[in-house]
Amino acid sequence: MSTPRLWRFHGGLKLDPRTTRAAAEPIVTVPVPPRLVLPLSQHVGQPAEPTVAVGERVLRGQPIARPSGYVGAKVHASSSGVVTGIADQPVPHPSGLSAPCIVIDTDGMDEAWEGYEPLDSFAELGAAELRARVRAAGVVGLGGAAFPTAVKLGAGSGLKLLILNAAECEPYICCDERLLCERPDEVLTGAQVLMRALEIGRCCIAIEEDKPAARRALEAALAARGQPGIEVIPVPAIYPEGGERQLIKVLTGEEVPARGVPPDIGYLCHNVGTAAAVGRAVLRGEPLISRIVTVTGEGVAHPRNLEVRLGTPVADLVASCGGYTASAAHLLMGGAMMGFPLADDTLPVIKGTNCIVAASREEIRPRAPAMPCIRCGECAEVCPAQLLPQQLYWHARAAELDQLGDYHLFDCIECGCCDVACPSQIPLTQYFRYAKTELWARDRDRIRSDLARERFEARKQRIEAEQEARKRRLEEKARAAEQARGSEAARKAMIEDALERVQARRNQGDGESATDDREPGR
Amino acid sequence: MRFERTAPPHVRPATSVTRVMGEVLLALVPATLAWAWFFGPGILYNMAVAVAVALACEAGALAMRGRAVGPHLLDLSAVVTAVLLAFCLPPLTPWWITATGAAFAIIFAKQLYGGLGYNPFNPAMAGYVVLLISFPEPLTHWLPPLGDTLGLAAATPGALETLRFTLTGVLPAGMAWDAIGGATPLDDLRTQLSLARTVDEVRAGPLYGLLGARGWEWVAAWTALGGAWLLWRRIIRWQIPLAVLLGVAVPAALFWLLDPGSHPPPTFHLFSGATMLCAFFIATDPVSAATSRRGRLVYGFGIGVLIFVIRSWGGYPDGVAFAVLLMNMAVPAIDHFTRPRTYGHAG
Repeated sequence: MSTPRLWRFHGGLKLDPRTTRAAAEPIVTVPVPPRLVLPLSQHVGQPAEPTVAVGERVLRGQPIARPSGYVGAKVHASSSGVVTGIADQPVPHPSGLSAPCIVIDTDGMDEAWEGYEPLDSFAELGAAELRARVRAAGVVGLGGAAFPTAVKLGAGSGLKLLILNAAECEPYICCDERLLCERPDEVLTGAQVLMRALEIGRCCIAIEEDKPAARRALEAALAARGQPGIEVIPVPAIYPEGGERQLIKVLTGEEVPARGVPPDIGYLCHNVGTAAAVGRAVLRGEPLISRIVTVTGEGVAHPRNLEVRLGTPVADLVASCGGYTASAAHLLMGGAMMGFPLADDTLPVIKGTNCIVAASREEIRPRAPAMPCIRCGECAEVCPAQLLPQQLYWHARAAELDQLGDYHLFDCIECGCCDVACPSQIPLTQYFRYAKTELWARDRDRIRSDLARERFEARKQRIEAEQEARKRRLEEKARAAEQARGSEAARKAMIEDALERVQARRNQGDGESATDDREPGR
Repeated sequence: MRFERTAPPHVRPATSVTRVMGEVLLALVPATLAWAWFFGPGILYNMAVAVAVALACEAGALAMRGRAVGPHLLDLSAVVTAVLLAFCLPPLTPWWITATGAAFAIIFAKQLYGGLGYNPFNPAMAGYVVLLISFPEPLTHWLPPLGDTLGLAAATPGALETLRFTLTGVLPAGMAWDAIGGATPLDDLRTQLSLARTVDEVRAGPLYGLLGARGWEWVAAWTALGGAWLLWRRIIRWQIPLAVLLGVAVPAALFWLLDPGSHPPPTFHLFSGATMLCAFFIATDPVSAATSRRGRLVYGFGIGVLIFVIRSWGGYPDGVAFAVLLMNMAVPAIDHFTRPRTYGHAG
């Protein structure tokens, strides 16, 4: 096999993958829990709208909420049961807030809904029909970002290359690795569907070099199918290579424009798990009701990957892995770099949940107190966005918001590399997240105050215009009156003048008459 | 079950300021030993005085500023400043001179600007320049390498005599500066060249060695070795050292080729004075240096060129301290004009 040319992205870190234990175990299916909690917002975009009512019986795979806008995704019942509530519940989100959810009390029968038709072949379907099937199945990006897949499929035409992302670079996460080991055919079928839906002839599956078993399984499956146009490309294991901008740089040497998306330069990235879900949705008519989740960390007895119904509480996942160990102290959703902490384990698994980490205090040590920045520049050396984190930190501390924009704060992908490289132990990523919300808040405030100012100014102008008009009207009236009065006075003055002159002529002689002429009428 | 919540990332840095500074100190060990071997134990006494005064000043200033004293003393940055200052001083330096330099470096050049991370000027060099201006005469009292062994001096003060001088500033009975001391090779070369001798004639003298000057070239070599270790450990990056060395070597080579009679070869410049110390340990002080890769190249090259210019035509035999301080001034401008291109943005 020829090795294609690869490029490098700037910075990044070689991290301990921490996947050895979980990646060696086969995927186990978690039993359907007695209660499922399905948030209406498990994706990027507007929350979905419920289409079922409390008390209604639903079946496995039945749609229970529809997208409320173009960027949105359906939600399906993960098992059969009765809807017992549509209300705010705690959801897994960095904010730790509650959000609207549909609660289903399952009946254990796991009865399937008959609304979808399996296909023998998708060869007769056009791009639009394929997209519609993907949309109907509620598929979103399973790599963690949870962007609605059908929307991405409508992103553009004339693309050069479909990239399937198996560069699972973040410590702890290995659900894609296991998927490729056990179900490489599902991924390849998904790849074919995606290629057809996008009308692309080429697809590459990028997989990190440190996952040889997954790569071999994938290559074997590919060889068995003899599929043209698809190739497997091993890429070096550097975090955050799984970021699509970084991966595109590595594979093509090109950069996605800062305010653009990959289709702008002819590429489209999908996660391999998403591809498998697309394949199942189109061929088997299976909506997205389950996913593979890595459950790992020193806090769980038997780390492994699980096939989990969406809406299952995290506690059930841990139970399927032999429960907690005595050292469990932290619970994360996501990996070691970008995963967010969960306050408790009753929160449900959602579409974007790729990993649950129960970590000990040794795995996640407390942060050392931050020292002053010594400007060593290591943060800039590792920043995959080629930013200057030390400058951003400086301006964030000084709340110099304009400077932050100038130093491209919004190009920060919050990968956390700068934090890990910082000898002064400064929580840089936290500063940047905070600064971003400040900037958003300021922009919102600015828009609001701009609006208020415009309204105020419009009102002032209107009032001024009205006053002006009234003044003009009054003035005109006054001038008219004045004119009228003025002409009368002048007439009077002329008459008086004439009378006086006559009088004067009568009284005195001709020679003296001019002297008093200035007086009258003034 | 409830859990502790910490914000991502959950991987902690493997490094710390203390570790960075500690490795810098470790990297200076070979050079220190070479120094002590050739010029006597004076550098160790100077280091002791400088470190004690620097830590005392640091602690006092931090306490007065209401900052945590413990963690900042443990960061070892004051120790690095003190050690670098000691490297610049002659082996026989009375303690009050060393103390003045260390105190100025820590109080004025560092703490008054806000402490670690906020000083625009390299504290060690600021302290040294104050001494160079305030005590010009004692700072020229250098000893020749392995003085009486090599026959370069009539006598060499021993460890105790050096200690006594450090504490009292008085030479032992029977020893005079004329008998034990001498100029540094850079100083000597300057003087001799001004007396219309050629470089080759001067370098034939007993003070000079293979590349630079006897003893000095070995100290330089061990300094470079420590620097290479820092590079390997990724405590420093290659841009500044390389640029400093090129900044010295390029103009030196040019003038040497044009006029070898009055300009020593570039190797002499590289292995004399504090060139190596500057390239690997002084110019690489991250706080007062430029931060971007291109910026570091500009910064380092500027320092190198200034070292050569000051040595060749300036009023001082070596120009490292002035070169560093001058380029420190240029850092904000360099950083401004050498910002790297962000991913996805046009150049």
